[in-house]
Amino acid sequence: MSRLIRNALTMLLVMTAITGLIYPLAATGVAQVLFPHQANGSLVVRDGKPIGSELIGQSFTDPKYFWGRPSATTPQPNNGTASNGSNLGPTNSALHDAVQQRIDALHAADPSNTAPVPADLVTASGSGLDPQISPAAAQYQVARVARLRNLSVDQVQALVTQATQGRQLGLLGEPGVNVLQLNLALDGVQKR
Amino acid sequence: MTANDFIQIGIYLVVLLALIKPMGSYMTHVFADQPNRITRFGGGVERFIYRLCGIKADEDMGWKSYGIAMLLFNVCGVFLVYAFQRLQQWLPLNPQHFPALSPDLSINTAISFATNTNWQAYSGESTMSYLTQMGALAVQNFLSAATGIAVLIAVVRGFARKTTKGIGNFWVDLTRTTLYVLMPFSFVLAMLLVSQGVIQNLKPYVDVPVVQTSTYANPVTDAAGNPVKDAQGNPETKPTPLTTQTLPMGPAASQIAIKMLGTNGGGFFGANSAHPYENPTPFSNFLEMLAIFLIPGGLCITFGEMVGDRRQGWAILATMLVIFIPLTIGVTAAEQAGNPILHSLSIDQHASALQSGGNMEGKETRFGIAASSLFTAITTAASCGAVNNMHDSLTPLGGLVPMWLMQLGEVIFGGVGSGLYGMLAFAVVAVFIAGLMVGRTPEYLGKKIEAYEMKMASLAVLIPCALVVICTAIAVMTPIATATVGNPGAHGFSEILYTVTSATNNNGSAFGGLSANIPFWNVMLSVCMFLARYTLAIAMLAMAGSLAAKKHVPASAGTLPTHTPLFVTLLTCVVIVIGALTFLPALALGPIAEYLMSAH
Repeated sequence: MSRLIRNALTMLLVMTAITGLIYPLAATGVAQVLFPHQANGSLVVRDGKPIGSELIGQSFTDPKYFWGRPSATTPQPNNGTASNGSNLGPTNSALHDAVQQRIDALHAADPSNTAPVPADLVTASGSGLDPQISPAAAQYQVARVARLRNLSVDQVQALVTQATQGRQLGLLGEPGVNVLQLNLALDGVQKR
Repeated sequence: MTANDFIQIGIYLVVLLALIKPMGSYMTHVFADQPNRITRFGGGVERFIYRLCGIKADEDMGWKSYGIAMLLFNVCGVFLVYAFQRLQQWLPLNPQHFPALSPDLSINTAISFATNTNWQAYSGESTMSYLTQMGALAVQNFLSAATGIAVLIAVVRGFARKTTKGIGNFWVDLTRTTLYVLMPFSFVLAMLLVSQGVIQNLKPYVDVPVVQTSTYANPVTDAAGNPVKDAQGNPETKPTPLTTQTLPMGPAASQIAIKMLGTNGGGFFGANSAHPYENPTPFSNFLEMLAIFLIPGGLCITFGEMVGDRRQGWAILATMLVIFIPLTIGVTAAEQAGNPILHSLSIDQHASALQSGGNMEGKETRFGIAASSLFTAITTAASCGAVNNMHDSLTPLGGLVPMWLMQLGEVIFGGVGSGLYGMLAFAVVAVFIAGLMVGRTPEYLGKKIEAYEMKMASLAVLIPCALVVICTAIAVMTPIATATVGNPGAHGFSEILYTVTSATNNNGSAFGGLSANIPFWNVMLSVCMFLARYTLAIAMLAMAGSLAAKKHVPASAGTLPTHTPLFVTLLTCVVIVIGALTFLPALALGPIAEYLMSAH
């Protein structure tokens, strides 16, 4: 028995060294050489300073920006240090009310748009950090953004197309529009 | 369901089946008694480890020694993980200066990771130092997976060997699993995941200025940190400007790779595989789903090859698929149909070329309905428990599927190793029932199944069932437990049932609305996880010991062949009938009641 205990303890320490230090440090080293941009968070850098990540959604509430997925993180939306969904059950009246409020906010920002709102634009994402909206949710907002920025619908449409990622390998997942990338491009057009 | 939903499920199954065969044969070589190319290649490292630990690699252990070694090793692991969490504020690699975790949360997490459950009552990015993640949690991801596989291989040896006491050497099986199977595949998967955008660094978190500043309602707290309430009892808030965003960092990819391959499922971040840094693209999602089933599927082939009849392995695999595929289609159809309580609003839940539609609450845009639903079915069929969407927000029937997949005992692929030894217990029950029908002593794989084997198989099948039902009953009778539910009505009951089911079957996924980080849940779930995991493993090792001592009975005209469609049907029925009889009443009070009310 005492031999078994000694075996167990030494084996645990050896395995901790192999799988808990050598393996992750080797993985970090190789990743930093092969894919430094991705390994460090796919940061968007302007003038040498990070201003966001391609993969992490930010909160947009101004009608002249495209809005992203609602975020249920607390206390602030899109909180990078507290990723989570709403965890509201499907029949919870709080879910019904939250969706209604989001629809009302979209209507208030653009009363002329009476089309039904694409589901992903008024339901909270799983991570609270979803960087994308569906192409349908982008189309829903194109006219509003174009009008408020005095741009033509075609100009905005072109930027949406640029920020759209199709199904991967043409088959996997769903197409999406990167909201941060799109809004940065919109700001870029107006500066020029 | 849309054509796209079917295509994505179809591609997954085709690629999976193509990979399972070579993976299984590779593992057969890893565990072969005779030296071969693979074990010679790593022989030097292996021998060095054995010398360092004072292990006699050629010692053939009986089932009791094997079981004691396994249990001792796992308990030592629990203590080490506990220590890491309690001491992390004094240890290096803690750039965010996280304090020690509470004792009950630490013991819960330690048992959770040692038992391959990875139930998480914490959120990684706001709790765990990089050292705790790498040196404690990721290590248990490897070792709990290796433990499961080792026990399975010992059980299979029980069937394969004749008139002997030994069922292998635990230390050798553990070392070989880690060195030849888990580590190399994890490393490759980690690099593939990084290429997609999963982070892998040791840097402190990054603050970035937001593009558009806004204000948010920040809850007001008093000096003691308690929320302040207004006259109506609602939490008071004050508008606070939102000007920066903090991006979490850390060695995520290395841990996520083994989290999927070892069917562990414990997320590096709170949102698990829904987090864009943990699962950034549909391709990373596809890889993660493949990784979950790769080893449990491959082990079916390994099993067939080790008992000298490949068809036996295919029959088990076929049974798993027969149950898995319809349930996957079920959850996808339920989610694609959308949430009925939102139909009355001005909302578009229909699938089109521009959106996946459906019930998008708790789901990520890049995964939509198909890749989220498939992930949900895979992660609960296997006892992985990683999630790429929030299961609490699934439609009532969509949420019933993952719950029931766990309640079947985590034998539809199941955990690495543990899924297959659980399924072998069901197979023993199935041949026993068939034997009763014709009045013959049942045999399985050339071994007579007698009273002792039946007792062990029954224990393995019934212990998790009993624990789930009893502990759910205790929880719903305890006010401090019912106060933790996050949703009203039948769904609140579903949250409790899901929680106990997930912990007991060592899955680890959650209906996350339930606030699980209280001493009641931390302690009760620790007991569930520990008891279910180790009593089951010991029962199966005991069966293996008994089987190994028996002689081989040649098949006769009266032997039930166990590789035929007839046996697949019988085994499927046994798994489903036990799962349905035990849990239908409870499910009727939860998801089924909620479905009937929402359809009304």
